[in-house]
Amino acid sequence: MARPLSGARLRAAALTLPLLAFVAVTFIAPLGSMLVRSFYEPHVADALPRTLAALRAWDGSSVPSEDTFRILATELRLLDQERKLGGVATRINRLEGGMRSAIMDTARALRNAEPDSWREAFTAAYPAWGEEAAWRAVRRAGERYTMRHYLNALDLDRDPPGNIVAQSPERRIYLPLLLRTLGVSLAITVICLILGYPVAYLIANASPARSNLLLLLVLVPFWTSLLVRTTSWIVLLQNQGVVNDLLVAAGVIGNDGRLALVYNMVGTLVAMTQVLLPFMILPMYAVMRSISPTYLRAASSLGATFRQGFVRVYWPQSLPGVAAGSLLVFILSIGYYITPALVGGRTGQLISNMIAYHMQESLNWGLAAALGVILMVTVMSLYLVYNRLVGIERMRLS
Amino acid sequence: MADTGTETHVEFRGVSKTYDGRTMVVRDLDLSVRKGEFFTLLGPSGSGKTTCLMMLAGFEAPTAGEISIDGRPVQNVPPRKRGIGVVFQNYALFPHMTVRRNLAFPLEVRGVPEDQQAERIRRVLEIVRLEGFEARRPSELSGGQQQRVAIARALVFEPNLVLMDEPLGALDRRLREEMQFEIRRIQQDLGVTVVYVTHDQQEAMSMSSRVAVFHHGRVQQVAEPEVLYEEPEREFVAGFIGDNNIFRGRITSVGHGICEVETPDGIVKAFPVGECRPGQDAVLAIRPERVGLAKPGLFSNEFEARVDGILFIGDHLRLRLNLCGNSDFIVKIPNIVGHGALLTGDRVSVGWAVTDCRALPLDGLEGSPAAELGS
Ligand SMILES: Nc1ncnc2c1ncn2[C@@H]1O[C@H](COP(=O)(O)OP(=O)(O)OP(=O)(O)O)[C@@H](O)[C@H]1O
Ligand SMILES: [Mg+2]
Repeated sequence: MARPLSGARLRAAALTLPLLAFVAVTFIAPLGSMLVRSFYEPHVADALPRTLAALRAWDGSSVPSEDTFRILATELRLLDQERKLGGVATRINRLEGGMRSAIMDTARALRNAEPDSWREAFTAAYPAWGEEAAWRAVRRAGERYTMRHYLNALDLDRDPPGNIVAQSPERRIYLPLLLRTLGVSLAITVICLILGYPVAYLIANASPARSNLLLLLVLVPFWTSLLVRTTSWIVLLQNQGVVNDLLVAAGVIGNDGRLALVYNMVGTLVAMTQVLLPFMILPMYAVMRSISPTYLRAASSLGATFRQGFVRVYWPQSLPGVAAGSLLVFILSIGYYITPALVGGRTGQLISNMIAYHMQESLNWGLAAALGVILMVTVMSLYLVYNRLVGIERMRLS
Repeated sequence: MADTGTETHVEFRGVSKTYDGRTMVVRDLDLSVRKGEFFTLLGPSGSGKTTCLMMLAGFEAPTAGEISIDGRPVQNVPPRKRGIGVVFQNYALFPHMTVRRNLAFPLEVRGVPEDQQAERIRRVLEIVRLEGFEARRPSELSGGQQQRVAIARALVFEPNLVLMDEPLGALDRRLREEMQFEIRRIQQDLGVTVVYVTHDQQEAMSMSSRVAVFHHGRVQQVAEPEVLYEEPEREFVAGFIGDNNIFRGRITSVGHGICEVETPDGIVKAFPVGECRPGQDAVLAIRPERVGLAKPGLFSNEFEARVDGILFIGDHLRLRLNLCGNSDFIVKIPNIVGHGALLTGDRVSVGWAVTDCRALPLDGLEGSPAAELGS
């Protein structure tokens, strides 16, 4: 690649510019903004500059000076007039429960007051102002560059002196969820592999007419809306659904012993396996189609049983397809959102559902971004490990 | 050739094969291959050679008839128990294994102890002259080397029957010739029976002890190479093996090893093959090199014709004549003094001996591609 590009090649390369621009706008820019959001939090810092400046000198072991109370009152009043108080209060509240009402109530109480002691006025409006914790929350919320979303996403916290400590066990959410997501993705990958391998083998070795038909059947799901497919699983799996009805009718289970197959992990596993199966089958099929049946013939002419031939000759040659399919399914399922959201109930949620929650419900975009970054880093490091083990150059998608 | 025994090794009896239930790919095949023989199935593309080989190896079942090896029918013997070494058309070397692992494969699945494996691999690599390549993968070998590995793999478990399906098809001409020689040498050294498939008649002629010529799923003739060349029994064989001038005529009389055949240019005296009766149509075949420029009284067949074209080859000249209803009648004459003066448009007198010209009964319709099951 050291050779200078000729004019023709430059012009040819220029044809990719629209795509590059598209990728930059739709992928790199959002990714970058997510990265930034996960550690850059200017909102409170911009809203309370003078309070934060005053708090910088504060030692944190006692309630701040009267001066600090006065400065905060001025800034809160200003924010109240500009109707920006709610956003600031919410952000501080994330660090210390109750701070939202503390700030809102105090601002309302102080609206027209000119008290002698701001400190007393504050604690009268809301007693928590008399404790260091409230002020620490203000100070930390004011950090422009912060690690707290990452700490939060990794179930870590800071103790009052500022050391990083683990969350108390009952408040650990994200790491167990990440582990569960990885586990579920692995399980789905393995199930897809077990279900998909024989199908891919069959398609690759069937007569052309039959293999076209089978391929069509594999592709049909792609032409059906994902929502339709997922909701059909609800119809099939729900308590009064087809599967339970059949089991009851067959006498396998009693009418009062109907199985909980949906709105839990079972639902997530079943529906996601079905959705992702084609992504496993297609790369495997593509590789298997290129394996000449002569190899198995050669093996048996050399004295091998079908099993020996399969295990030692066919399987190793199909590995690139297995590797590609598995990687595809694993990565897709790690980030899967819609299916668990619909059929996962409470126990079948994955990390993406949590990210969506913070994006849409709690509006804690910083935390959502940090979770997204952690997910991305996890996938990338798994990919590197996988690459070391399998070797990406041995992987073929077609 | 001298090294073939008389004991029958492989026998096809009345074997037919159809894949789709309509077109017969192999029809009513009777063949017997002797022990230690280099037996070649020769025929144009699609004539059913590979199908025969695959039936013998056990990968396809005959639709009718019986195949036996060493006198035992093999219908119910799976390929892995037939003990036949097969060299496939595109080698089928296992791409993910080194040469050593490829060669060890048949030994491992047979449970040969490891110390013996190493010895056998060493020996077979010596036979195919490929020592020192054990650690390479097939993709790191040249075409000829891959070919040798394929042969070594078919030999390493010491089968006494080896099948080869156009093993030299993918090689260039020089390498082909070298490998033809090598394969023949290995076969003779080891004394194994080889059933060899090719569509290259030169290859078949130079390697085989006997050749079976296939056409549309039927064996036209089974014979030693010399016999096929000198004494073809069917029109297809006469046309397929070497250059031949083929033309048609009607038999007017038969007797004493000579028949007279009427052609557009007059009566041709020829050697009758098979059933020749007066009144029948026949095919006549005469080799270009057996036709000479005539001196009066030298040949019992003499004709005059115009030279339509002259091709200078070097040591010989090829004249194209319009003779006996064949507008592409080729005469090959040695490039000796005097012949160089011939020009296109000259009229020449040519002739040939009775015994060099064979009168063959016409090939029946049965050999045509349109013939279907039951015809
Ligand atoms: N698996 C199959 N299914 C259906 N038809 C087949 C199959 N294999 C071969 N045929 C047909 O049988 C006929 C003979 O094929 P075969 O492979 O035996 O020819 P061949 O003499 O080996 O030709 P080539 O020299 O091209 O290899 C061909 O017309 C081919 O189309
Ligand atoms: Mg063939």
